[in-house]
Amino acid sequence: MPNHCNCMSICDDSGEIAIMPVVFTFFVMLAFWIVMSGKFDFFHLGMGIVSSGLVAGLSHDLLFEGHTKKLAATLVEITCFLRYLVWLFWQIVLANFHIAGLALSLHPKKHMDPHIIKFRTSLKTNFARFVLANSITLTPGTVSVRIEDDVFYVHAITRRSSADLAGLKPGEMERWVAWVFEGGSR
Amino acid sequence: MIFDILVILAMLTGLLFFVATTVGLIRFPDFYSRVHAAGKGDTLSTTLFLGGAILFLLRDFSGDTLLTAGKLLLIVFYIFIASPTATHAIIDAGYEFRVPYWTRPTKDNSTERDEENLDNGFYPEDLKG
Repeated sequence: MPNHCNCMSICDDSGEIAIMPVVFTFFVMLAFWIVMSGKFDFFHLGMGIVSSGLVAGLSHDLLFEGHTKKLAATLVEITCFLRYLVWLFWQIVLANFHIAGLALSLHPKKHMDPHIIKFRTSLKTNFARFVLANSITLTPGTVSVRIEDDVFYVHAITRRSSADLAGLKPGEMERWVAWVFEGGSR
Repeated sequence: MIFDILVILAMLTGLLFFVATTVGLIRFPDFYSRVHAAGKGDTLSTTLFLGGAILFLLRDFSGDTLLTAGKLLLIVFYIFIASPTATHAIIDAGYEFRVPYWTRPTKDNSTERDEENLDNGFYPEDLKG
């Protein structure tokens, strides 16, 4: 993409052009355009290429912010993340049964024990913490209320919901997130 | 035939979870547990329901139905990002404003006196900063 070189925004501090984020953003945007429009004639595809190029040139630093890893490492991370999503979905199914059973039980208040747990995470990067917080919230029965540096505040509806997060050691979910993003063992 | 049964099964279980979510929204005692029920009981039910719709669409497989299925998948993806974020925003706002809190009564026969348990004494001290 030689015509992009005069655009200051895609040149990083060292003067080199970070080309991979632009290309990635371009293809993600183009795929999104094609799915959304559903038209494959020359006019619509041309419009899509022009607008994807415009968006990629202007805001490529948003989608892959601070992502300095190599392409292969990113692909490995995405594969790990997909495996994590499968596990997370199964957890969501289990927890949904728990909450649905609670809601439909005769005396829900007898089984409920709302409480807030506070735990210190071993995750280092902000993105991994964000993924952990959203995973906690996605799993019914627990909501992440607040993150202050490495301390998580999580509201749980029953003791069973918070069982994975409560102990002193990192829970299963946290180990999975660490495995995906920070090369930990799970 | 088996396809139809799968579609109906997925949609029915999705609806069942939606019902459980709504019942939970009405029955749970305080703001926080209601957010639990309302905010994300719909993660699984939406997935099941739209998954049923996707299966139904893909029964007569063509480029058009594939595109529509892709759009439905994007909706599922969007809900999986937006739902926890919105839930977190609501519950964090409630926390900020010290919305009253229901805790488990110490005696099991005191279920009628739930109102008395709605006080602000539960919050951890170090969260006030």
